[in-house]
Order: sequence, then structure tokens, then C-alpha cells
Amino acid sequence: MANVLVFSETNNGNVKPVTLEILGKLTGQSIDVAVIGDLADDQVKVLAEYGAGKVHKLNGANLEKYSPEGYANALHGFISGGSYDYVMTGATSLAKDMVPRLATKFDAGMASDCVNFLFEGDTFQGTRPLFAGKCLAKVSLQGPKPHFITVRPNALGMPESPTAGAGTASDASVEAGEIRAAIKEIIASASEKVDLTEANIIISGGRAMKNPENFSILSEMADVIGATVGASRAAVDSGYAAPSMQVGQTGKTVSPSLYIACGISGAIQHLAGMRTSKVIVAINTDPDAPIFTKADYGIVGDLYKIVPIMTEEFKKILA
Amino acid sequence: MNIFVCVKQVPDTETKVQPNGDGTFIETSSIKWIMNPYDEFAVEQALLVKAANAGSTVTVLRVGGVKDTEALRTAMAMGADDAILVDAEDNLDSYTIAKSLKGAIDKSGKSADLILCGKQAIDDDCLQVPQVLATMMELPSVSVIVGFEQAGDTVTVKREIEGGALEIYEVKTPVVLATNKGINTPRYASLPGIMKAKRKPMQQLSLADVGVSLEDRRVVYSDFSLPPEKPAGKKFDAMDDAAAAGVVAEVVGLLRTEAKVL
Repeated sequence: MANVLVFSETNNGNVKPVTLEILGKLTGQSIDVAVIGDLADDQVKVLAEYGAGKVHKLNGANLEKYSPEGYANALHGFISGGSYDYVMTGATSLAKDMVPRLATKFDAGMASDCVNFLFEGDTFQGTRPLFAGKCLAKVSLQGPKPHFITVRPNALGMPESPTAGAGTASDASVEAGEIRAAIKEIIASASEKVDLTEANIIISGGRAMKNPENFSILSEMADVIGATVGASRAAVDSGYAAPSMQVGQTGKTVSPSLYIACGISGAIQHLAGMRTSKVIVAINTDPDAPIFTKADYGIVGDLYKIVPIMTEEFKKILA
Repeated sequence: MNIFVCVKQVPDTETKVQPNGDGTFIETSSIKWIMNPYDEFAVEQALLVKAANAGSTVTVLRVGGVKDTEALRTAMAMGADDAILVDAEDNLDSYTIAKSLKGAIDKSGKSADLILCGKQAIDDDCLQVPQVLATMMELPSVSVIVGFEQAGDTVTVKREIEGGALEIYEVKTPVVLATNKGINTPRYASLPGIMKAKRKPMQQLSLADVGVSLEDRRVVYSDFSLPPEKPAGKKFDAMDDAAAAGVVAEVVGLLRTEAKVL
């Protein structure tokens, strides 16, 4: 049995769903959870339902907001006092930034963004995509312990019948240490929409959008079905869409339930970033566009005619 | 300022990736190599900082195969002053690459004021090297930056997080920064730049020279495979305006009844 610590971020006081995905997959191992800051009793209970043995609430000065050094120092101090074989967490913006620092403080290795894993005896073996998902490989870790692993949100799925743990909560005091890179200010996103990487539905526009203004027809459809709007590299490089909207090997890798590609031909680098979407709809005037090879439903047609009709159809069906 | 830029050479984004014979990596024999796209932003930012700080130098570093030096030559053609290449396999893990980069910087005899990297390499997509390097060098780091301002030894950078929200960091140099798309527009190498780059110094080192051995590896890969292909989908012709409404209604209906995503 491996000793595993799962570090959980919280969002408005709730543990992030990826924490529960990871816990569900750890059945049979000795599982602790650590959070930075306080955690309400109902959330401790949720962690227990999904298998947490002990829940450690880490508190100390200068940890109210994130800093790469403060979080890494605090967790380093706490983890050093235990005998963990593995430390796991969701591959979020925060973890991608902080966990490499934390692992290096232990002179230890880290497997990033695993989409699946298992334990052979006490030994972790993961699966992770490389080349933006153009291929997959098995990944294992060696060298000083603990070993560090981040898991891609939504990849494992929620466990259907998790095995409960004791869920004993305790407080620990930790030190943030010297913080040289500190957040001075946070600028909230102009968009209320969920991030592309977490979106359930994505509508993306390509070169055929022709200008930034035309993206409004995609936004209108997005509002009807609760989607986030994305873009191809061609659209971003042409200045039609912001870089943060780019889907693909040089943008974001996404796997929503529904991906609607509008006027996107389907360059290999775009397909790599969205091919794991559960259902793909493609709208393109070129019947030979590569995007149709990945589409569950392909519509050969002009997006400027198809999209407004589709928006009305969605309104009807969701009314 | 002594500015270092770490670049990686990766397969072109249009590459059709195939696992190699024993599944330990991908087939690399016929690959077109390019500079990792996120590293172009790091090179450009280094050149902008150099232009704003008289007497600065930009040294570009790479760990990887020596057969093809496209990435380093491109960086020097863009304007970097010199290059250091650590001869190694192209599929080292982040820990070993970061340790090699630190070794190369130490060996250069220059104290780094600013180290720039791309936020991630588009081959292994780990997003580790900048932060690992910073920790090994006991420096602060900020990753995924889309904005940069400098006032003396203080830099203010914008880090992009989920949903396009921004964290603004203020940090003193020396610091490691990892660049994202949006921070700048990388220049193209000019023809004179390309000619000049051929005469710029490129120092070659071995892993042993930078104090690294393959035993240092922390991550081991095996069983490279292609993801399962999707079965062919349904395709509808709606080029004719008269057909469009019917096709769209049918597809939307299928999304609800067959695909069950609505």
C-alpha cells in the first residue's frame, strides 16, 4: 500500500472536483488530503466519502493568496514531516506553476498532466498524452521520494461508488518563507464563461471568420447553449481572436462533451488539441477539409448560413 | 544585463507523430525540427529587453541532439549574441534538462540577470523546466506570462490563469520567466540576420561537462502509442440553401437523441 497525499485546491470554499476524481482512483492506498487554508466540515465530509483518511488543513502567514514560492515552501515543510510515497493533485493553472517547484525542493521527479493511472503493488504507473495528444505513453517515476503527479481534470471521471475513509480533520501550521514573486493585483476575466479547458461545450471559429466582428454569430449561439468560444491558430494569428482563445497544439488542449468547429479546415495541430472531444460537429464549405475526418456530424455548408439556423434550432430544442 | 534564453527544438506542429519500433519515443528520422513556438516569444522578449538595456547580451541555450541546430541558429538570426548547445538525446525529462541548463549557465561564467523560457514545449507538454530551473538556481519564477514591464531591477509581469484572468506579479531580477503567446510578436529573422548568425559563436558541451548523467532522470517513458481513432461520422450536404434548414434540424436532433450531449 502506497502512502499518498492529495493536495486539493478549493474554489469558493469547495474542494475542486478533480480532487474527488483522484481520490476515487486511489482506493486501496493510504490516502491523506491537504488543503491550504480552512475547510468547512461539510467539505471534509465530502473528502471522507471519497476515501480521505486524514484531512490536513495547513495554515500560516502570507498564504491568503497564491504565490509559487509561498505555497511550495508551505507544502514542502508539511510533506517533509510525513512519509509520503506520492503527492498528487489536479493539473490546474496553480499546480502547473507550483508543483514543479515543490518537486524540485525534494530533488524529486514529477509526471505532468496524467489522464489515467494505476498502482502495481506500491508503484505508480501513469498514462499521459504527448504532442498535444497525438500520442500517449506510459510514465513512471524514479529517484528520491515522494514522487509528484498532476492529473488532468475531467480525464478520470467521477467514481461511481467510492470507498469512504475516516476523514479525520486536523490543523497544521506551516511557513510560507521568503516570497520574492508576489501577486500585486488580480484582473478578473472580462468573460463570465468557463475556461476552454473546463468547458462542457465549445464553439470554435477558424480562418473563415474573416474578422473579429463575425465572431459575434458564434457568441450568440454560445449564449444559447452555454458554450465557451474558441478559435483556430489561423484565426488568432490573423488577429480575429485573442490568443487565450486558441485551441490546438500551440494553444489549449480541450475535451468538452460537444465541440462545434466553424470554418476550421482542421490542421493537424488543431486536431491534436480537440480530438478527444466526445462529440464533434464540423461546419465547412470544403467537403474535403480534414476536420470532417474527426467529425461525428459534418455539415458541408456556409457557416454564415448554417450557424444562425443552428442557433434558432438550439433555442427551439432548449426552450 | 546578462540575459539567457532556453529553447527546445521540437517536431514541426504539422508532424504526423508515429511511435518508434520499441515504443520508447517517436520516430524521428524524417522529422522537420523547429524552435518550440512558445520559445520564440522568449527570444523576442530577450531581444526587447536587450534593446532597452544598453550593454546587455543574449545567450541562447539548448539541450538536445546536435545533428540539427535549427532552433539555436534561428534564435541567433533573430538577434541573440551567442549560443550554448548541450549534446543530449531529444527525449530527456524536465529534471535532467533543467539540471543541464543550470550547469551550462554556471559554466558560462556569467551571472544571469534574466532567464526566459517558453511556458511549455509542444513535444512533451510538461510545463516544468522553467520552474524546476528556477528552484535549482534558487530564483523566483513566474510562468505563463502575457505581459512584461521593466523598471530598473524590478519587473512587473502578467500571468494568465484559468478563463483568461490575470495575476500581476512584481519581482526583482534575477528571475526566471516563462512566456506565453500574446506577450509580443516574434520578429522574423532577416536575411542579413541569417548570414550573421552563421558567424556567431556556438559552444558545444556534453552532459558530463555540465555535471549531468543519464542516471539523473526522474521520469521514464514507455509504450508510446497512437490514441484510438474515432469511427467515421455522418456527413450532410447543406451547400444548397434549400437543404440547410433540414440538415441543421436533423443534426441538432441527433445531438440530442443519438449523441445525447444536449
